[in-house]
Amino acid sequence: MKTLFAKVWDAHVVADLGGGVALLHIDRHLQHDLGGGRSLKTLRERGLKVRNPELTFATADHVIETEPGVKGSRHDWAIKLLDSLRTETRAAGVRLFDVGEDGQGIVHVVAPELGITLPGLTAVCGDSHTCTNGGIGAMGFGIGATEIVHVLATQCLVQSRPRTMRATFDGERRAGVHSKDLILALAGRIGTAGGVGHALEYAGPAIRALSVEERLTLCNLTVELGAKIGMVAPDVFTIDWLRGRRFAPQGKAFDAAAEQWLALASDAGASFDREVVLDASAISPQVTWGTSPEDVIAVDARIPSPIDDAKREALAYMGLEAGAPVAGTKVDRVFIGSCTNSRLPDLRAAAAVVKGRKVARHVRAWVVPGSVATQRAAEAEGLHEVFRAAGFEWRDPGCSLCVGANGELVEREARCVSTSNRNFVGRQGPGARTHLASPVTAAASAIAGAIADPREFLS
Amino acid sequence: MTPFTTLAAIAAYYPKPNVDTDLIIRVERCAQVPRDQLGPYAFEMARFRADGSENPDFVLNRAPWREARILVGAENFGCGSSREMAVWALAGLGIRCVIAPSFGQIFFDNCFQNGVLAIRLPADAHAALAKRASDPKDCTFTVDLAAQTIDGTIRFDVDPLRKTMLLEGLDEVGLTLSRAEDIAAFQAADRARRPWAYAPGA
Repeated sequence: MKTLFAKVWDAHVVADLGGGVALLHIDRHLQHDLGGGRSLKTLRERGLKVRNPELTFATADHVIETEPGVKGSRHDWAIKLLDSLRTETRAAGVRLFDVGEDGQGIVHVVAPELGITLPGLTAVCGDSHTCTNGGIGAMGFGIGATEIVHVLATQCLVQSRPRTMRATFDGERRAGVHSKDLILALAGRIGTAGGVGHALEYAGPAIRALSVEERLTLCNLTVELGAKIGMVAPDVFTIDWLRGRRFAPQGKAFDAAAEQWLALASDAGASFDREVVLDASAISPQVTWGTSPEDVIAVDARIPSPIDDAKREALAYMGLEAGAPVAGTKVDRVFIGSCTNSRLPDLRAAAAVVKGRKVARHVRAWVVPGSVATQRAAEAEGLHEVFRAAGFEWRDPGCSLCVGANGELVEREARCVSTSNRNFVGRQGPGARTHLASPVTAAASAIAGAIADPREFLS
Repeated sequence: MTPFTTLAAIAAYYPKPNVDTDLIIRVERCAQVPRDQLGPYAFEMARFRADGSENPDFVLNRAPWREARILVGAENFGCGSSREMAVWALAGLGIRCVIAPSFGQIFFDNCFQNGVLAIRLPADAHAALAKRASDPKDCTFTVDLAAQTIDGTIRFDVDPLRKTMLLEGLDEVGLTLSRAEDIAAFQAADRARRPWAYAPGA
């Protein structure tokens, strides 16, 4: 009796190196503009070659500007990184999805969207949110610069086997509650160190009921729990979602693969090193108040009293007072985007809140679709018109305000409700104050001009 | 890689829990500053005030800890982004050993790729070292990797493979390259089991 994690891990062990350490085969390597060029250059300068360029894919996302029409960057340092990515991928024979091209977008949005990542595959990228790919049952994890070179040269990595943890969400979630709220509630419950040393599996009826896109959101925040890997077992939703995708197997090959994918689910009675159970029906829309994803409360709750110096410091940085309701806190910026929440269903849900309403006059609100494909699909449905009519800026795909690596920043002491994954000090810009929330909570807050409960906006 | 054998050095205690790698090195430095010049930017949001002056409250700005080569952190040290520049920046400041009750996993792995020893300690041993590191008269530790001890008394665990790599300054990529035949054999067998995994877009 094996867990989903154990089935995937065991199928990739090239050599057992002892002490729980394995040489693991890596099926997909994803590269982006912040580190891709540099790592390929390092490899080349060491006299090494990319072992499997056909299993390696690159895209531009971190350093590009998303202002409509810029299509790249006007910053010298970013232009250099983009040029280096282009030159090095061409020399190495690695497929690059360049700015504005079909297939370009945030790496963790495009990899599953294109069927580059698939259930049961190991996938790595020099980005901690590679765990997102767990939403389709892939074992994705983030790696550092040296490990990137390791994978390029050998298509393998030396990895310590983590323990296993299952987070079960019982019950049925209520209206206005997104998978973002489920995972933030888990961060609040177990803390940002709660998953350290573990590979997570998300299970239970509330998870099975999630769309594939919402599962990707759920798994995206795994690293905010301290774990590298978080997965949802592939099921018929996953298979239907993947069928026909550009880089997925086609026809009979797809059916044969799908049969293997359905067998990956944890066996009944498989045991986990740790179990945590939440009641999804008791979870309200969530919003963070501090500078760690674990600093989270229901949007209709009051800001808690700090329990130690670190939390006191967080409250001061955020310019908030304990005991006050978090809803009604005036905001300056709203960001709907990032590898967490920039997929089509995210944009549809936000648009439904926004439709026929206006963004508060003092708020600058952005929607940044996660990929060129998402942007086109949303525009085909007219979502861009809904957002624009309400006063949102509809931008080109990229990481944008999530990461602060592209010149797009939230101003010092400005308050931003963001659908991204990190509310760290300075993450969206020096002194910027970030409140993490779901797309509908962000949309509702843009309209209200203050942190708002999305349930008051549901028609 | 620079080998790590023993290190006798001043230890500084930074008590903030959940220190993320964004705090250790800002992302724009990762994009714009060469690897060997990151040291001056390590912890810049904590080390410097908004006007660019030094923050006198930050431990690494105070004597004797300005010379620290060992950093004692708190729970979940190095969480967040996978940026290896966080380790490069700490190494650029001269830090060769980080001690904490728990670590962000990717940061922990990245340390060992760069000759930096990351040590996980149980709460009581960690608390004792944190107390000593806070005392300017008692903050010099000797870390002995071969014996797996700090000052000969506190024992720590380290993965045997990583220990050898650090002691001998070995390069992990080189070791894996020497297994090229194993990798080829694995891929050949696996390709038969999972043909779809090897032919994206075919």
